[in-house]
Amino acid sequence: MSAILELEHLKKHYATQKAVDDISFSIEKGSIFGLLGPNGAGKTTLLRMITGIFYPDSGSIRFDGRTFNPEEDIVRIGYMPEERGLYKKMKIGEQALYLAQLKGLSKADAMEKIRFWFKRLEMETWWNKKVEDLSKGMSQKLQFVTTVLHEPKLIILDEPFSGLDPVNANLIKDEIYGLAQRGSTVIFSTHRMEQVEEICDHIVLVNLGKKILDGTVDHIKQQFKENKFSIKLAELPAAIQSEAFTVVDQKANELIVKISNNHRSNDVLQHFLQQQCTIESFHEILPSLNEIFISLVEGTSATTRAFQKTS
Amino acid sequence: MNKILIIIQREYLSRVKNRRFLLTTILTPLLIVLFFVGATYFAIQGKEDHKIAVIDHNGFFKGNLGNSKHIHFEFPEGVDTSNYIKKGYTDILLIPKFEGTEKVNYIIRSKKRIGLTTEEAISSKINEAIEDNMLQDAGIQRSQLDSIREKSQFAELKSMEEQGNTAKESNAALSYGIGFGSGMLIYITMFIYGAMVMRGVMEEKTNRIAEVMVSSVKPFQLMLGKIIGIGAVGLTQFLMWIVLVVGLMAAAQFLIPHDVLDQVNTLNQYNGQIPAGGMMQAGDTAQNIYKIQHTMSTANWPLIIGCFIFYFLGGYLFYASLFAAVGSVVNEDPQDAQSLMMPITMPIIFSFIIMTNAVQNPGTPIATWASIIPFSSPMVMMARIAYGVPGTVAYWELIVSMLSLVGGFLLTTWLSAKIYRTGILMYGKKVSWKEMGKWAFRKN
Repeated sequence: MSAILELEHLKKHYATQKAVDDISFSIEKGSIFGLLGPNGAGKTTLLRMITGIFYPDSGSIRFDGRTFNPEEDIVRIGYMPEERGLYKKMKIGEQALYLAQLKGLSKADAMEKIRFWFKRLEMETWWNKKVEDLSKGMSQKLQFVTTVLHEPKLIILDEPFSGLDPVNANLIKDEIYGLAQRGSTVIFSTHRMEQVEEICDHIVLVNLGKKILDGTVDHIKQQFKENKFSIKLAELPAAIQSEAFTVVDQKANELIVKISNNHRSNDVLQHFLQQQCTIESFHEILPSLNEIFISLVEGTSATTRAFQKTS
Repeated sequence: MNKILIIIQREYLSRVKNRRFLLTTILTPLLIVLFFVGATYFAIQGKEDHKIAVIDHNGFFKGNLGNSKHIHFEFPEGVDTSNYIKKGYTDILLIPKFEGTEKVNYIIRSKKRIGLTTEEAISSKINEAIEDNMLQDAGIQRSQLDSIREKSQFAELKSMEEQGNTAKESNAALSYGIGFGSGMLIYITMFIYGAMVMRGVMEEKTNRIAEVMVSSVKPFQLMLGKIIGIGAVGLTQFLMWIVLVVGLMAAAQFLIPHDVLDQVNTLNQYNGQIPAGGMMQAGDTAQNIYKIQHTMSTANWPLIIGCFIFYFLGGYLFYASLFAAVGSVVNEDPQDAQSLMMPITMPIIFSFIIMTNAVQNPGTPIATWASIIPFSSPMVMMARIAYGVPGTVAYWELIVSMLSLVGGFLLTTWLSAKIYRTGILMYGKKVSWKEMGKWAFRKN
């Protein structure tokens, strides 16, 4: 599959900080892509460059195989920023129509699509309500609809689930899967790791304006695994120790073991089998993205970065 | 381009469709009329009655000192400074014996301080009485004096203004009224619509819709769409006012009786004189209506209305983009808006002060310069235009003023757009003037 978006050596420096400092990666068509990073890592600046709001100081962006041209390509992108909002005094229907028209849809076309989405997300009765009368979750749904209404090739969602209850969060999640299946590419920016693990195919982690991690979720977990296994036995044997592994943790009949260098997982099983143990379960423990994230970011000056001067 | 149109449409319709718009459009002129009627009423009613006891050592003031509606002179016996209040007088006037034409002070003592206009009225009455007395001394009878005073009021000043080969009738009072009125209107609307633009931008920023919008349109389009949309609201409002005024005037015509209207038409035909031996004689009402119509006709209305629309739009565009820039850097705190607005409101208020002066002295260098510099030209030029083009305002002045206003608003829009672009996406930080300057003059 070809890439919908390719970033090469993107840089954006502000007067006091390097917001984005030489970041390159590419995103496959139809994938769900996670852009992760702690607060102030440069995610928003990066997204604003991808949506044509900011121009990069240097580097290039290729969109759908051609050099990114904000004027034209903007209508093929749907962006739901973290700082989102709507016109409070405007009616829901008019609001959706207005935003759709600004994305280049004709009035009739926009109306048809709004009807479709309102029906799909059970919002039909909202048409004449004003935004100020909606709850936070409801306006979030409306915001989502206005983002995807014009069937963009690239959908960028910055913290899409904040403020949503589990039912609506699931609803939106299903829509995101659906959109990806129908060929849209989704960029998903967040610092909620459990959502990323669940949804994303591919992730990039940025910190201090630099890319520090890039790959599929499985691949990254493999990369950061510590060769830990969990083994559950029917009864504990007399001798647990072996040179093949060290026990890291023990809970009743369940052991967490770390395999020593030059040994394989089979060596662990062999050790216990030799002692005539009944093995109830045996599986590898992969680190969660959350652990990887914290181990990589912790100790860097990420949190104090906003106040740092460029040298 | 199409996107700007969609934005203009929303900004315009969302305001015009609002019930408040219709209400303010109709109520504002009514309030202004009510204000002037009220002010005039109180100015007339507010005058105090003065009953003045005169102690005169010359003997000729009695009979020569005329009374008026609010000032009443009496020459009682046995009244002095110690008891005039008790005897029911508000003031006491002490006039010493005059020694030839040597300078002399006369004194008025009052229960309450007397106002400026009353003081002037009293002193002019006394001067008149002295003059009358001298004329009588020179041998003119009192009765002759009165009849001369009355009969001499037949000449009327008509001012003409050079216009090419012919001279055109002009009227200073009308020019003053038009100049002041249109300058004032531009002043008020500049604030109303400028603040409207600023509030609109602040709303977009605090509602956090700005970032959603700029992912669809360029910040410049968003700003320009808002400015043009609100400007169109302003024009609509003016149009409705014109329709309202014309409608009321047409309705007023119906209230005038037929014969009076005929007389007015005859007066118009014969330039204000009813031909001798004619069938008709013009009544007072007809004379008055003719006078008003005639006075109004001395102004060059198409020029004034054309220039008014130009300067309203030019001035609005010049300041609206600055208001937009300020709105974009304001955070949630409305107090910020107040202090950031200062540098914009100051020149507007300053221009207003120059305008009130220019409308009385349209030819001074300061008025001329202020009518060319775009910061003040919308108000000051309107004050001068009322006195006539090319009489008071030379053609070159008008052209330079218009061109510099166009250049001016292009410049402010361009600079503001740069501040706006950065400002609307900036949250939680107080922006200093220095930073705004940096954004405005940044290269890209």
